[in-house]
Amino acid sequence: MSVQELETIFDNKLEREIRIEPKDWMPDNYRKNLIRMISQHAHSEIVGMLPEGNWITRAPSLRRKATLLAKVQDEAGHGLYLYAAAETMGISREEMIDQLLTGKAKYSSIFNYPTLTWADIGAIGWLVDGAAIMNQVPLCRTSYGPYARAMIRVCKEESFHQRQGFEILLTLCRGSKEQKDMAQDALNRWWWPSLMMFGPNDDNSPHTAQSMKWKIKRFTNDELRQKFVDICTEQAKVLGLAIPDKDLKWNEEKMHYDFGEINWEEFNNVVNGNGPCNKERMAARIKAHEEGAWVREAALAYSEKKKQRQTPTAA
Amino acid sequence: MMQDSLIDYTLHLADNSLIMGHRLSEWTGHGPILEQDIAISNIALDLIGQSRNFYQYAAQLKGGVTEDDLAYLRDATEFKNMLLAELPNGDWAKTILKLFFFSTYQYYLYQKLIGSTDTQLSAIAEKSLKEVTYHLRWSSEWVIRLGDGTEESKKRIEKALEELWDYTGEMFLPSEYESECAKNKIGVDLGFLKEDWMNKVIQIFAEATLPSPKGEPVPTLREGQGVRLNGKEGKHTEHLQEILNDMQYLQRTYPGCEW
Ligand SMILES: [Fe+2]
Ligand SMILES: [Fe+2]
Ligand SMILES: [Fe+2]
Repeated sequence: MSVQELETIFDNKLEREIRIEPKDWMPDNYRKNLIRMISQHAHSEIVGMLPEGNWITRAPSLRRKATLLAKVQDEAGHGLYLYAAAETMGISREEMIDQLLTGKAKYSSIFNYPTLTWADIGAIGWLVDGAAIMNQVPLCRTSYGPYARAMIRVCKEESFHQRQGFEILLTLCRGSKEQKDMAQDALNRWWWPSLMMFGPNDDNSPHTAQSMKWKIKRFTNDELRQKFVDICTEQAKVLGLAIPDKDLKWNEEKMHYDFGEINWEEFNNVVNGNGPCNKERMAARIKAHEEGAWVREAALAYSEKKKQRQTPTAA
Repeated sequence: MMQDSLIDYTLHLADNSLIMGHRLSEWTGHGPILEQDIAISNIALDLIGQSRNFYQYAAQLKGGVTEDDLAYLRDATEFKNMLLAELPNGDWAKTILKLFFFSTYQYYLYQKLIGSTDTQLSAIAEKSLKEVTYHLRWSSEWVIRLGDGTEESKKRIEKALEELWDYTGEMFLPSEYESECAKNKIGVDLGFLKEDWMNKVIQIFAEATLPSPKGEPVPTLREGQGVRLNGKEGKHTEHLQEILNDMQYLQRTYPGCEW
C-alpha cells in the first residue's frame, strides 16, 4: 500500500472516531508528537511525587498520612501506565528516563514550586490535580488507544485526589486563624502556577492546531483554562478564600469569569529551568536513579542466573 | 494491672507498625525502580493501616483519647517500638534486610496472636497477617535477589547483616507487659517465636547463597553510654526522636487543631 493510501485509512479512522492502535500505520509526526506528550505526562507524574512526598513524614494525622502516601503512590502508578502507553510507540522506558535526567524531556513546570506548609498539600490536590483532570478528561477520548485507556484509569484516581485536597483546605478554613491563613497563603502561591498548567495561550501554542486535527487534543489550552477558572472561583467561595487576582470578575455577557493576564515571563523561566526548585527536583531524580543502579544490576544478574539454571544444559 | 499491660501491649504493636511504616515511606518517590517504589510504599501503607487499628483499640481501652493523640502527642520515652524499626533506612539492602527480619517476626507473631483471647487483637492480627504474608514474600525475594545477584549487592547485604544483627535479639526478649499478656493468653509467648523466626532466616539466607548469621539472635542489647537500650521499654536510639520531630511537628506546633 502506498503512503497515501495508508494516510487515507488513518484519516478515515480519525474521522469515524476509531481508535488508532499500536499496530496501525500512523504518520511519523503523529507518533513523535504523542511520544513527546505521553512521556512528558509520565515524567510529570514521577517528578510530581517529590513536592508532596516531602510531607508524608510530616502529615498531621494518621488518616492524612495514609491518604497522602496512597496519593503519592497513585502518581507512581500513573507514571507506570503512561510509560507503558508510550512504550507501545516504540520507545523504551530507559530511553525516556534518560531524556528526563539529561534535561531533553520536559515535565510539568508546576512541580518546580516548593511545598512550604501543610496547606500546600491541600492546594496541590485541589488545584494541581484539578487542573490535571481538566486536561486529562478529554484525553480519555484521545485518538491513540493505549493513551486513552491509560487516561481513563488515571482520571478516576485524580478526581479522588482533587476531592481530598479540597477537603484538606476546607478543614483548615474551618479551623484556627493560623490554619486559615496557611490555606490562603497556599492559594496565593499556587493559583497562578496552576493556571499556567494549561500551557501557552492558543495563539502562542505551536502544537495545538495539529493536535486538534489529529484528535489528540479535544479542547484548546484557553478553553480548558477558562473552564478551570470558572469552577475554581465558585469552589473558593465555599472555602471562604480569596483568589489572588484583582481582575477576576463575572462577565454576564460571556457567562464566564474574566481573569487577569498570566505572567508569561515567569512561565518561560520555570519551563526553561529557572524555577524555584528545578535543580532540586532533577537532583532528587538523578540521585534515586544513580543510587538505584546497583539494585537494578543485581536484579538483572539474578534473573539471568535463574534463567540459566532453568535451561538444562545440553549434554 | 492487666488492663495496663494490655494497653501497653497494644501500643507496642501499634508503635512497631507505625515507626516501621514511617521509615519505609521515606522511600516513596526515591526508590531504585518504579515498580519497587510502588511496592515499598504499599507495604508502608499496610503498616500504617495496622498501626491505626491498634491505636484505635488502645484509645478505646484508655478512654478519652484518639488514635492521633497516641501517635502524635506521646514522647519518645513513651514509644514502645523495637529499635530495629526506628533505625535509618540506609541503602536498599539495609532496608530490605530490616524489613525481612521485621516481617518474619510479624508473620509468626500474628499467626499466634490470632489465638488471643482478646477478640480485638485477634481480629487485627488476622486481618494484618494477610498483608504481612505478602511483606515477607516480597522482602524474602529481595534478600535472595541481592544475596545471589552481583558481587556488590552481596557485599551490601552482608554489611547490612553486620549492622542489623545486634538488633534482632530484642524481638525475643519479652518486656514485662508482654510476659503479663502472654501469661493471660492475650499476648504471644515470644519464646515460641524464636525457632520459627531463626529457621526462616536460615532458609532464606541459604537460598540467597549467604552464610547463616552466626549464632542466635543476639540476646544482649546494645549498651549506649551506660544506658541499656530497649525500645519496648521506651529506651530508644536517637533516631526515634528524629522521626518524632518530623512526625509530630504540626500537632505540637498548633495544639488542639483539627487537621
Ligand atoms: Fe497523577
Ligand atoms: Fe496526571
Ligand atoms: Fe493526582
